[in-house]
Amino acid sequence: MTWKEARARVEEAGRSLWVAAWLGWQIESNWTDPFLFAVYSVVKPVAGALILVFMYVVVARGGLANPLFPYVFVGNAFYIYVGAVLMGVSWAVIDDREHYGTLKYLYVAPVSVPAYLLGRGAAQTGVATLSTGITLLVGVGILGIEIPPGGVHGALLAGALVLGLLSLAFLGLLLGGATLLTARHNYFLGQAVAGALYLLSGVVFPLDVLPPPLQALGKALPTTYWLEALRRALLGDGGNATLGALPTGTVLLILGLSTAGLAFASVLVFRLAEGLAHRRGLLDMQTMH
Amino acid sequence: MALQGFSIETQDLTRVFRVKRREARGQSREIVALDRVTLTVRRGELFGVLGPNGAGKTTLIKILATLLSPTSGTARVLGIDVAQNPWEVRRRIGMVSGGESSGYGLLTVEENLWMFAQFYGIPGREARRRIRELLAIVGLADRARTKVYHLSSGMRQKMNFARGFLTEPEVLFLDEPTIGLDVGTARALRTYIREWLDEHPDRTILLTTHYMHEADELCDRVAIIDRGRVLACDAPAALKRGLQGEAVFRLTVDGEGDLGALLANAHGVVRFTAEARDGPTELSLILADEGALVPVLAALQGAGARLLSLEKREPTLEDVFLRLVGRALSEGEADAASR
Repeated sequence: MTWKEARARVEEAGRSLWVAAWLGWQIESNWTDPFLFAVYSVVKPVAGALILVFMYVVVARGGLANPLFPYVFVGNAFYIYVGAVLMGVSWAVIDDREHYGTLKYLYVAPVSVPAYLLGRGAAQTGVATLSTGITLLVGVGILGIEIPPGGVHGALLAGALVLGLLSLAFLGLLLGGATLLTARHNYFLGQAVAGALYLLSGVVFPLDVLPPPLQALGKALPTTYWLEALRRALLGDGGNATLGALPTGTVLLILGLSTAGLAFASVLVFRLAEGLAHRRGLLDMQTMH
Repeated sequence: MALQGFSIETQDLTRVFRVKRREARGQSREIVALDRVTLTVRRGELFGVLGPNGAGKTTLIKILATLLSPTSGTARVLGIDVAQNPWEVRRRIGMVSGGESSGYGLLTVEENLWMFAQFYGIPGREARRRIRELLAIVGLADRARTKVYHLSSGMRQKMNFARGFLTEPEVLFLDEPTIGLDVGTARALRTYIREWLDEHPDRTILLTTHYMHEADELCDRVAIIDRGRVLACDAPAALKRGLQGEAVFRLTVDGEGDLGALLANAHGVVRFTAEARDGPTELSLILADEGALVPVLAALQGAGARLLSLEKREPTLEDVFLRLVGRALSEGEADAASR
């Protein structure tokens, strides 16, 4: 590939990313009128937080003063991103192929489809950011979780957030590759992956309570280090004894390296899936039976 | 008028689909969608691919538009191998598929088109100017700000037609662009296709259709395709001239009996189709010469069929197809559907 060609591809990827982000935002925000959208954006995370509190206090009989509560609450608040980003990226394949019928036109145009899918996920990420922020505000303002603004490690929070979101986006791209080859029922694959991350990444309970094989699996996931770093940034402690010995820099390094590895693997898998879909004639298949 | 050089070249292009058999688990059967297709389309040409549904027209377009890889053979668009360098091809082509209603329902017509223009890096002002022009041409100027989910399927098809021309591609693939549209709209779009190419003589259009009058009216050259094979390729007039030694008749007869078997054995009948129409049967006959008509009429009368009308007519591309394949275009569709 020549320098000129490489530059053209980078420009096309950039265009694909921002146009897709614009499209994603139009789809996310235009399904109802602005007032209802605003109400929904606030009510949904607040309701999610209250359900969690109800489960924790009434079902699990835990007190809000228990040190585990902030762990659970913060993990759950950031888990909002998992579903939104994963599904935002991978669901766009099914949405465009089967619902809008536009995927084949994207493949005929000078569009970088991986960049396009990441762009589509960006809008969902924006909405999830709003939800996460509201959830954390409810936690601090109403439920008494101590996240003093002065005590928050801003740089660590920002770095961990960006790396974590990238890892989720590339995981979504990986699922998007699988979706290119399968019927729309692959939606359940995304839900299954999100469920597995909930179980294995220490979202609502520390990794330490898992059996050793599942702990090992959890330690291989970037989302585990993402949540650990976020909790350290907000609460001062990650809450996982099994990761407690790791310095914060190491946690961030592992998160960065695993994100880079995931990015490489997901682009590779997506390109392979694209090639296979191209050979099998699946890029415009309809499975809305 | 075609300019120098080929815009599209295929050499022994073959595509085989492997389809799982529902009745036998784990087994599959092969369907040959394209069978060693060799074609050249000159720059500036409006080239038609005519054939029944299932003939391989869409498969050909999908391969040329980089949506599908060939099983064997090569395809080049503007000299670029579509399998080797699809990225470069995509920058220079456009595609419109008829009979579908794609588009982002929550966006307006204008936004849908603007978005696609941005993928090609067309500056915003220029994109908006082209969108205004094209929407006026396809009759959607007053719907520019309408959300696409409010549009009828015909209107969506018109929007997609506009999308195909928006980027002024060097090679434009139109896959049955007027299918399902009302007569007036289809005519307006055909007129625009011809005018666009006249105004952009360095561009090329490959159009597939199973409407023989569309191919006849629009195309500089036509390839007749059936079951993945190119049976003939020439200018419509030249294809029809090939039948000039023969005589083409349309008859309407009333009567019982197996007219098909009778005509198949009649002397001088080269090809025929018989289509029942609420009682009477319409026969299209290609006879070796006019002299064969008298014994055919006598045979029909002998079989108890009463002649209701008789018309001698100029050959059409439908007759060319019948002559080449031995069945009408519509019969080919039924046949393809059963394959």
